[in-house]
Amino acid sequence: MYKYDTYDQAMVDARVAEFRDQVHRRLEGHITEDQFKPLRLMNGLYLQLHAYMLRVAVPYGTLSSAQMRMLGDIADKYDRGYGHFTTRQNIQYNWIKLEEAPDILADLATVEMHAIQTSGNCIRNTTSDQYAGAAADEVVDPRPYAELIRQWSTFHPEFNFLPRKFKMAVIASETDRAAMRLHDIGIRILRNAAGALGAAFYVGGGMGRTPMIAPCIRDFVPIDQMITYSEACLRVYNRYGRRDNKYKARIKILVHELGKDEYTRQVEAEFAHLLTQNIEPPGAELERIAAMFADPPFEAGVPDSFERSDPAFALWADTNCLPHKRPGYIAVTISLKPAGGIPGDASADQIRLMADLARDYSFDELRVTHAQNIVLPHVRKADLYAVWQRLEAAGLGTANLDRIGDIIACPGLDYCSLANARSIPVAQKISQRLAPREQEIGELKLKISGCINACGHHHAGHIGILGVDRKGVENYQLSLGGCEGADTSLGQITGPGFDEDGIVDAVEKATQVYLANKQGSERFLDTYRRVGMAPFKEALYG
Amino acid sequence: MADVQFRFRNDEPVGDPGVTVDAFGEQSNASAVRLEPGDDARDLLPHLDRIRLIEVNFPVFGDGRGYSAARILREAGYGGELRAVGEVLVDQIAHMRRCGFDAFAPEVPLDPADAEAAFARYGDVYQPTTDGRAPIWQLRHG
Repeated sequence: MYKYDTYDQAMVDARVAEFRDQVHRRLEGHITEDQFKPLRLMNGLYLQLHAYMLRVAVPYGTLSSAQMRMLGDIADKYDRGYGHFTTRQNIQYNWIKLEEAPDILADLATVEMHAIQTSGNCIRNTTSDQYAGAAADEVVDPRPYAELIRQWSTFHPEFNFLPRKFKMAVIASETDRAAMRLHDIGIRILRNAAGALGAAFYVGGGMGRTPMIAPCIRDFVPIDQMITYSEACLRVYNRYGRRDNKYKARIKILVHELGKDEYTRQVEAEFAHLLTQNIEPPGAELERIAAMFADPPFEAGVPDSFERSDPAFALWADTNCLPHKRPGYIAVTISLKPAGGIPGDASADQIRLMADLARDYSFDELRVTHAQNIVLPHVRKADLYAVWQRLEAAGLGTANLDRIGDIIACPGLDYCSLANARSIPVAQKISQRLAPREQEIGELKLKISGCINACGHHHAGHIGILGVDRKGVENYQLSLGGCEGADTSLGQITGPGFDEDGIVDAVEKATQVYLANKQGSERFLDTYRRVGMAPFKEALYG
Repeated sequence: MADVQFRFRNDEPVGDPGVTVDAFGEQSNASAVRLEPGDDARDLLPHLDRIRLIEVNFPVFGDGRGYSAARILREAGYGGELRAVGEVLVDQIAHMRRCGFDAFAPEVPLDPADAEAAFARYGDVYQPTTDGRAPIWQLRHG
């Protein structure tokens, strides 16, 4: 894992002091709420419906056990005893007092954490593959490149007031587990035919009200020019992205309106200029960072199987665990989606328990996934049963990774001041209703957004649900066929929307159509792609 | 026109207000020009040797195009005064300074103590710009 040196630590410490000063000036009335708003937003502090919400950055989703424990302690000390893990691999707290926010940042800084740029029209937390360092199919661990981007993007003086927020993701395997092409910039680290390391740049993807899949604008940027190329992409956007309409201000609109070729031409011209400015960190810096992501001391010769006599355990192991690059190890996903629960929520005690498990069984590491779950990346198969027993006892043993109950949902109208409809109760009802048939239905990614901003990624759901306000009544639109990953696609709306109970029935009907039409080992998405929308429409509206 | 409140230069300030980029093209004797957010800073590059003052206007603080304009001018070797005008707030001035601004004429004057603290807040920085500060990676590796 990355460890701060004195420079990194001084940076977050200075930020705490700065924010304390800003909050003080606001509380004293020296600055207006309008002037304070962008400052608090750049520290991840939102004013929501009932209280302030603080979003804490978890760079590329990686946490140590000490950091995780602090997240649990903060939930107890400053919030109502729980936290909410987000689709940007971050955590947010929903019941924060403005005057205590600087103290939270100070506590975070003691474990090398912060809330820098978790909001605002700047470069947000860079996300990555939650199985980085454990996945068998990665070319390299993508996190050193994400860390290089974290440092470059932290307080970048030119890019604090972009037209709109800006999200980057870095992966290093062919299988995309980070929805890379649905980002403002998606980077895939790869090797070219000559074996040299480089970065493929996908620019202009995103969800929101105009979902777009990012086109590849350069299939190979030499790795020692990745930061310079990123800066060129950002500068063109900062200068020419639309600022007249916040709904058309994301880079995807610029790339779309200019056309990929013209945007690329402008980036290449800026890149050629910036190459003369020596802004790229040297190879030694990348090596310094990469050394901190070296493999933990895996043991050789540990058993490569585990006892499966407990059927509940075997089901969980088969559902929630992924193969590891090292024999005898396995990557464990802890589902934060119990049937009827709030997706992504964990209590302070659960957070601390996961920290303990990471310390005892996973080389002190955890990951937050963009699907709002937690990963223990490096568990010995011999320890798997013990890990499961402790999870199960804490209500964390749900076996539903990528099943219909593993729902991504935004906070919705229960918390968010932008929302048009509630997301959480819909997620709770669906998981409650369909949990008993989860294993029969198999892989099915269901995603719910409570407004058109699409924080719940509904465009990318095999089943997507969008909450809208129709004449003062919450109404839910259903879409089918969305997908993130290598075969990224956007969902299509089935037809007229449903009320809250109607949408639960509609989801159930869609699963019935799938099961009736399923051939062989087809997943829901495969069947939908083969048979098309017609049979689903017939069942829903016929 | 707001007064210059902070200036990090020793030369004599230019008294004339900046002319628009369009007017500048027609007035071959103008030495001060004012850039609006929609102007292309690169239009000025052929004329940098006769410019002594460039005002970059921030009509609203949230419009960040002026930061790129400033860096483009400095990267091209512009050595004259680069002045931030308009809605220039205390929490933006350190970033502006790093992008190459060396004079500040905020519409609403800033509290001098707050401004001094803001300029000095971050001792070291991650990115190289043309402000002359060595980035942290250079401090780490020499």
